Amino acid sequence: MSELRSILVEQVERLVADAGGVAVLRMVEAGEWPATLWAGLEQQGLNLALVPEESGGVGLSWGDAAAIWLVLGRHGAPAPIAETMLAAALLSAAGIEVPEGPLGLAQGAVPFGRHAARLVVPKGACVALHAPGECVPAENIGREPRDAVTAEDRIARGQLPNLFGPRAGLLGLALIRAALIAGALERILALAVDWANTRKQFGRAIGKFQAVQQQLAAMAGEVAAVHVAVHQAARAVDARGLAEASFEIGCAKIVAGEAATMGAATVHQVFAAIGITEDHELHHFTRRLWSWREEGGTERFWAAEIGRAALTRGGASLWPDMTARDAQGVE
Amino acid sequence: MRFDLPDAPPHAEALRRELRDFLADAGQDWTPEIRARSWMGFDRGFSRAVGARGWIGMTWPAAYGGGEKSGLERIVVLEEMLAAGAPVGAHWIGDRQSGPLILRLGTEEQRTRILPGIARGELAFCIGLSEPEAGSDLANLRTKCERTPNGWKLNGRKIWTTFAHKSDYMIALVRTSPAPEGGSRHAGLSQFLVDLRLSGISIRPIRDLAGEDSFNEVTFDDVMLRPDDLLGEEGAGWAQATSELAFERSGPDRYLSSYPALAAGIDALNAAPSPGAEVTIGRMVARLNTLRGMSLSVGGMLERGEAPAVEAALVKDAGNVFEQALPEQIRNLVDPADSPEGLRRMLASLAQLAPTFSLRGGTREILRGIIARDMGLR
Ligand SMILES: Cc1cc2nc3c(=O)[nH]c(=O)nc-3n(C[C@H](O)[C@H](O)[C@H](O)COP(=O)(O)OP(=O)(O)OC[C@H]3O[C@@H](n4cnc5c(N)ncnc54)[C@H](O)[C@@H]3O)c2cc1C
Repeated sequence: MSELRSILVEQVERLVADAGGVAVLRMVEAGEWPATLWAGLEQQGLNLALVPEESGGVGLSWGDAAAIWLVLGRHGAPAPIAETMLAAALLSAAGIEVPEGPLGLAQGAVPFGRHAARLVVPKGACVALHAPGECVPAENIGREPRDAVTAEDRIARGQLPNLFGPRAGLLGLALIRAALIAGALERILALAVDWANTRKQFGRAIGKFQAVQQQLAAMAGEVAAVHVAVHQAARAVDARGLAEASFEIGCAKIVAGEAATMGAATVHQVFAAIGITEDHELHHFTRRLWSWREEGGTERFWAAEIGRAALTRGGASLWPDMTARDAQGVE
Repeated sequence: MRFDLPDAPPHAEALRRELRDFLADAGQDWTPEIRARSWMGFDRGFSRAVGARGWIGMTWPAAYGGGEKSGLERIVVLEEMLAAGAPVGAHWIGDRQSGPLILRLGTEEQRTRILPGIARGELAFCIGLSEPEAGSDLANLRTKCERTPNGWKLNGRKIWTTFAHKSDYMIALVRTSPAPEGGSRHAGLSQFLVDLRLSGISIRPIRDLAGEDSFNEVTFDDVMLRPDDLLGEEGAGWAQATSELAFERSGPDRYLSSYPALAAGIDALNAAPSPGAEVTIGRMVARLNTLRGMSLSVGGMLERGEAPAVEAALVKDAGNVFEQALPEQIRNLVDPADSPEGLRRMLASLAQLAPTFSLRGGTREILRGIIARDMGLR
């Protein structure tokens, strides 16, 4: 990890933890805006993290951004900072000045749309900045705001460079959701291991039972897989741009979705009844996992795309196509 | 646990092209059964050809017949061999674990005597760990080696020894002194380099469920070994034998064993489309790409001299799940009755091989136990 990346990751970690942990998730689910947290994130310039330095941003790589999203995922992503980072990246790539405040990314239902200062609408290879109009509030099963917001007066519109391609909003969102899933899974696995070492039945910690150990070990494999897939995807974006990283991003979203399903089921099995209660923190994460599977393209959506491509290219091309995507080392 | 993706080694694409040309040529007559057997296919002629190209012992010093290449270049070679379903069994064990073990722990005499032969694809090795009473509980092994005035005397029995009947040497883990009373059973074990032509060794092939002679029972009856047949240190056998596990468990052979059926399945689906097949194929491709990233990450860590034992256990477990499910998934998409003969035969072979994937090299349960311990359970 680069030094800059580890400093940032540490800062975000501290910020999100200090802002209230699970309390802030409860707040968000109750419909409140996490104002303190947001102010801290903005103060750090995170909203401009993916905007190049020459345009007044921080100029992080996508790999750095993904590392930050993992941290956010570990804390349940209580504010739309990842979406704002992406929206800002799109705006600045299209030559539009990035406004202050939370940006509502209109790629599907708008995350935290009711709180958005501005609306960012990706459409093909164009992106437009609008004032937010009428808002019909809605939520996903994570009880995160996912609103329908009409785009009012257009403030600016621009063309995305080829590196971003015609699906930049979708691809960026898919990578974000995959990274958040990786982080959230890491968190609930840690919670489950801790619980397995604490909860006693039959005179010993349930973690001493092989049946419990084996389930958690299998889940650890899935969690590792998502981390690697996200890492591969972010690296592909850094190397070739969003447009040419759709394979890796799709892979990451598929693996993330499958792992979310398996991981959520596993931790609920290990926690049993206590994990189902409202007072327990577990469900804030598992409900988000189930929601994030659906956003930025489902497993089925991406698998159909990747599978169709594999079929079109034929069996003999599958392996060479995959290895040809490797990041090349420098001599 | 940590996974860090390495960059591809320099010239990787050129090396891959070289390998693909070589394999296209060498593989013209490989049957679907041969491709399905993957690294359980044994073909000395092929291994010699691979050795002649410098693709065995690639990372070893030139003085021992090696190519002084990086571990990541070696992985390029392994990947291409497995993706093509090449019968690499005659050199696989020597290249993957016996050779590296000898290089690290062997005497100068042992290295010069053995390594160039492995690198040429001429010396085949087998692994003498399991015994009738020592499977997952390997430390329970009973085979004994006692000191004699001129060396050692070996007695006992190994079982499930893959290719013992076709190999030149076995590296055997045996007991050289009793486990200390109340102490660790890992003490008192040593490794020996056993020339399988020695008298007193009898090798009985055990037919497997596919009807093949792939593994064996090997009996040692007063086999006289020389002092310099001891490999490494007397009494350090356990640590020596387990030190190579990260290499043994993390390579592409732990997720690519059934890969040729995916490529063949895709072609069959193009000839006879099956509704919804693209979703299943897409999920498999995503898993394949991810497993490759995981395996390469461990390869990178090994190359940097780290000891990713737990990460390797995890790659093997996840990889085995994939390679075991693969033929079943293809079978669910392409009705066997309608599939082209090549694919049908490949799937038939794989059905009979797949159960071994999560047994050989440490069972799924044992691997998950290692992972669980690392997570702070147990
Ligand atoms: C095709 C093939 C090739 C092989 N080649 C070789 C070879 O070349 N050299 C060699 O030395 N060996 C070889 N083996 C042997 C292999 O290493 C053993 O099969 C393996 O270690 C398991 O031992 P076992 O078969 O005695 O099963 P057992 O150890 O008896 O296990 C039986 C079942 O019990 C489970 N079990 C055992 N202990 C535990 C535990 N503590 N917790 C939970 N579950 C447990 C196992 O996971 C398994 O499901 C080969 C095996 C196969 C199938």
